[in-house]
Amino acid sequence: MVPQNKAVGSPAALPVFPALMPRAEAVLIPLGALFAGFLAFSVFLMLVGKSPIEFFSLVWMGGFSSAFSWQNTLSRVAPLVFAALCVALPARLGLVVIGGEGAIVLGGLAAAVAGTAVVGLPAGLGMALMAIAGMGLGGAWIGAVGALRIKRGVNETISSLLMAYIAIALFNHFVEGPFRDPASLNKPSTLPLDASLRVGDMPFIAAHWGVMAGVIACVLCWILNERTTIGFAARIAGDNVRAAQVQGLPVAKLVIGFTALGGAFAGLAGYFEVAAIHGSANASLIAGYGYTGILVAFLARHNPLAILPVAVLFGGFEAAGGLIQRRMDLPDATILVFQGMVFIIILLSEALYGRLRIFQPAYWEAR
Amino acid sequence: MTTTNHMNRRRFLGTTALAAGAASLGLARPAMAQSNLTVGFIYVGPKDDFGYNQSHAEGAAAVKAMEGVTVLEEENVPESQDVQNTMESMINFDGASLLFPTSFGYFNPHILEVAPNYPDVRFEHCGGLWAEGNPTNAGSYFGYIGMGQYLNGVTAGHATTTKKIGFVAAKPIPQVLNNINSFLLGARSVDPTITCQVIFTGEWSLAVKEAEATNALADQGCDVITCHVDGPKVVCETAAARGAFVCGYHADQTPLAGDMYLTGAEWNWASIYVDMVEKTMAGAPIDNFVRGGLADDFIKMSPLGPAVSDASRAQFEATKAEIIAGGFAAIKGPLNDNNGNLIVPAGQSILETDVAVESMGYLVEGVLGSVG
Amino acid sequence: MEPVEIGLWGVPLAILGGAIRASTPFIFVSLGECLTERSGRINLGLEGTLVFGAMSGYAIAFETGNPFIGVLAAAVAGAIFGLVHGWICKFKGVNDIAVGIAMMLFGMGLAFFFGKPYIQPQAPDLPAIPFGWWSDIPQVQAALQVNVLFIFGAVLAVLIAWMFKSTRIGLTIRVVGDSTDAARAMGINPDRVRLLSTAAGGALAGIGGAYLSLHYPGSWTEGVSSGQGLMAIALVIFARWNPINCFWAALLFGGAGALGPALQSVGISEGYYLFFAAPYVLTLILLIMTSSPDRAMQGAPLELSVTK
Repeated sequence: MVPQNKAVGSPAALPVFPALMPRAEAVLIPLGALFAGFLAFSVFLMLVGKSPIEFFSLVWMGGFSSAFSWQNTLSRVAPLVFAALCVALPARLGLVVIGGEGAIVLGGLAAAVAGTAVVGLPAGLGMALMAIAGMGLGGAWIGAVGALRIKRGVNETISSLLMAYIAIALFNHFVEGPFRDPASLNKPSTLPLDASLRVGDMPFIAAHWGVMAGVIACVLCWILNERTTIGFAARIAGDNVRAAQVQGLPVAKLVIGFTALGGAFAGLAGYFEVAAIHGSANASLIAGYGYTGILVAFLARHNPLAILPVAVLFGGFEAAGGLIQRRMDLPDATILVFQGMVFIIILLSEALYGRLRIFQPAYWEAR
Repeated sequence: MTTTNHMNRRRFLGTTALAAGAASLGLARPAMAQSNLTVGFIYVGPKDDFGYNQSHAEGAAAVKAMEGVTVLEEENVPESQDVQNTMESMINFDGASLLFPTSFGYFNPHILEVAPNYPDVRFEHCGGLWAEGNPTNAGSYFGYIGMGQYLNGVTAGHATTTKKIGFVAAKPIPQVLNNINSFLLGARSVDPTITCQVIFTGEWSLAVKEAEATNALADQGCDVITCHVDGPKVVCETAAARGAFVCGYHADQTPLAGDMYLTGAEWNWASIYVDMVEKTMAGAPIDNFVRGGLADDFIKMSPLGPAVSDASRAQFEATKAEIIAGGFAAIKGPLNDNNGNLIVPAGQSILETDVAVESMGYLVEGVLGSVG
Repeated sequence: MEPVEIGLWGVPLAILGGAIRASTPFIFVSLGECLTERSGRINLGLEGTLVFGAMSGYAIAFETGNPFIGVLAAAVAGAIFGLVHGWICKFKGVNDIAVGIAMMLFGMGLAFFFGKPYIQPQAPDLPAIPFGWWSDIPQVQAALQVNVLFIFGAVLAVLIAWMFKSTRIGLTIRVVGDSTDAARAMGINPDRVRLLSTAAGGALAGIGGAYLSLHYPGSWTEGVSSGQGLMAIALVIFARWNPINCFWAALLFGGAGALGPALQSVGISEGYYLFFAAPYVLTLILLIMTSSPDRAMQGAPLELSVTK
């Protein structure tokens, strides 16, 4: 039994297990919400006359059951991770940026165009320049959203969304116009990349290097957020802008910096889509990763390390989408309904933090 | 330093004037005869869109009726990594050995990357330009629907009173430009003063833009309208509501436009699909590069509507017979493009089967609009 | 009747016609969002409500054969979405912007899911009143074909403006939107008022969606909306939360959307993608011009999270 403790309220005095409970809250609540989301969706499926067991077993089969499934799942992870970072980093400052899709496509365009300009340079240098081009344009695009917010007070959610629409229009204009490969007749694209500039698969794993880049990016962002003064300053600014300004924190620089960094990662996603998958920039780049990335970021509670497993989970769901469509005769929108439900329940669960007594030290002290 | 292959292939095709009609380049590996075949169809949009995807679904329906064949279908598959995953999923999980990825953008790079990994599976792509050096278990097929639009134009030429016809187009790519040019040339075979106004929406499927474009065409006085977008439903309904005649495309849109429907250029994929499935089941080889037109039953025309006059019908039937007989050229010299440049000198002509058609980049004189 | 050769007049006529045709969804969504935001809550999920309204309106109109019943069904569906959004946002600690995004995805997912069987069939259209009977030019007649919902929307804008200014309900909503504490002190339940405002806003967005599928473009497809729900939200901020301004701003947007195809039809066809971006660029510029980092925007409900 837990020994009685006279020093009420002092965490050091509590035995180990209950002391961990507040930390456990951060993991158990989202997991519980995820499970509740699965349950709610199962009810939905039963209401339309389908079997939830079949659904989830197909998700397992299509997303995680074999090497081939994992290949499918992992191929989606890289862009999802970067798109999620584009939401999670500004969220540190309390900003909700949802225009990552625009940064992805423009980053891909910049990378593809840079790829045609670096022919002749050593391949490693060429690839680096392409990545920098992608990150640069993506970063500038979302950084502009941050600048508008801090300088003109423009709401970043709406402006980032408008910028995404504008980005897609610009992308189409340039791909079908000035940067069009004259040989790409029936599917307007930029000039195809030289084979030496393509990004290949990693050894042993049938997934391209973008996935590894995503992992590294998440780790770096976590370090930035949790272990640097910049990250700490950002959190303060996110909680209370006035207090941060009073403290003398460079709020404007933080806002622009974090939004630009998020945009740079989205641009990097565009680079990898072009360099590893398509080989040039064309309309297929507009694939909606930016929007699923919003979901991944929120489910991971904007924690860069948590983004990785969540992205894998969602990659798996989407990977199984085709199988579900064929075997269960369900429309492809089913996965969208599923994601929406899970998202809503995750957001609802936000209200539970600090409210459930089981996670509070006082509950355990009374025992 | 190696350059990627596809640029070389297109030049190769252009300079060595290969394909003619249903030519074949290299034979496929002799396949094993199969009594039970699983066939997969992949659509880029919804299969009931009254347009491109529906035409393929109708072909798939013909295959479903065949004995010993299981048909899988998946719709709304984007032209990205997703289609690679779908193809591999159909092969690995459902045992498909014949796949029909039906959207143009599926070929390069997706089919080219997946096909070598599954040498016993046959990949038949709609619209692609298969060439020597591509995987031998892949092939492409397509129909010469430009002649269908020519026949549309013939009925349009008779029906128009303003001498202005309209075209709602998605993107200025060769297949679309060929349709626009054919539509106008067909109308001009009735009256050489007819002009065609084209408006590009920029997207294969965007309802609001298509409606807006149709209204703009009607405002400018176009009284016969056709289109080349994935789903012609909006254009047909809006045009008919504005009192313009409608020529259909991809599939039969008579239910949408009623009496305003003249005729339409439709795909007839069923004949190709049934043929290829039969060949696969018998273990017979399929040509890698399959093309065909009206004569081969790859395309067909919708029934003529009530507004088609007797004179129009007569010219329509006569021209159709000429096309089927072979050797009919819609694009005959001397012909300029709509910027005044000469594209076909006097005495020369371009047949529907000419490979130059697949790289068309101009709009002929009489078309109002620009390629961008 | 023979179309008359109108040449360059085609462009302003198209803009006028487009303004009337394409503005109706903007009118309804922005009026609905105006109601919601005046009570101090933001609902970003209206795009999903719009799409679901389009689907449900079309489906019910097809099943019953009456487009007006379809519009009613869309309004009911929209109200339910609004209620759900409002109920979730009631809880402390819930990020209402994120909830809006989630509802958007959910609404669109449900609409596509249940709408599959309705892509092919044709539902009856909403009637239009020909306001151009006085003209002999068919293009003018076509441009002035005004749909009943447009007229309803115009009347609604005036009604809502009057409601805010001169009725108790309007005052209640405004108090709740400006200060939750003051509202409580007056004995009003702010949560209930916000919930009802959000539901009403959702109902209007649903009607806006039904217009898309039942009149213009007049068909249910997954691409029936081109982001009108989201742009309308920006529109409300631009219109300074004034319903009459919302109406004019909606007309502006409808006209901007018709610019691209109209210019092509008179021969200006370079860079048409850039013209298609016009409405979004317009919205962004207007938003930048009317925002300020220091003061709360003039006319903004003080409890609204986006302006704090």
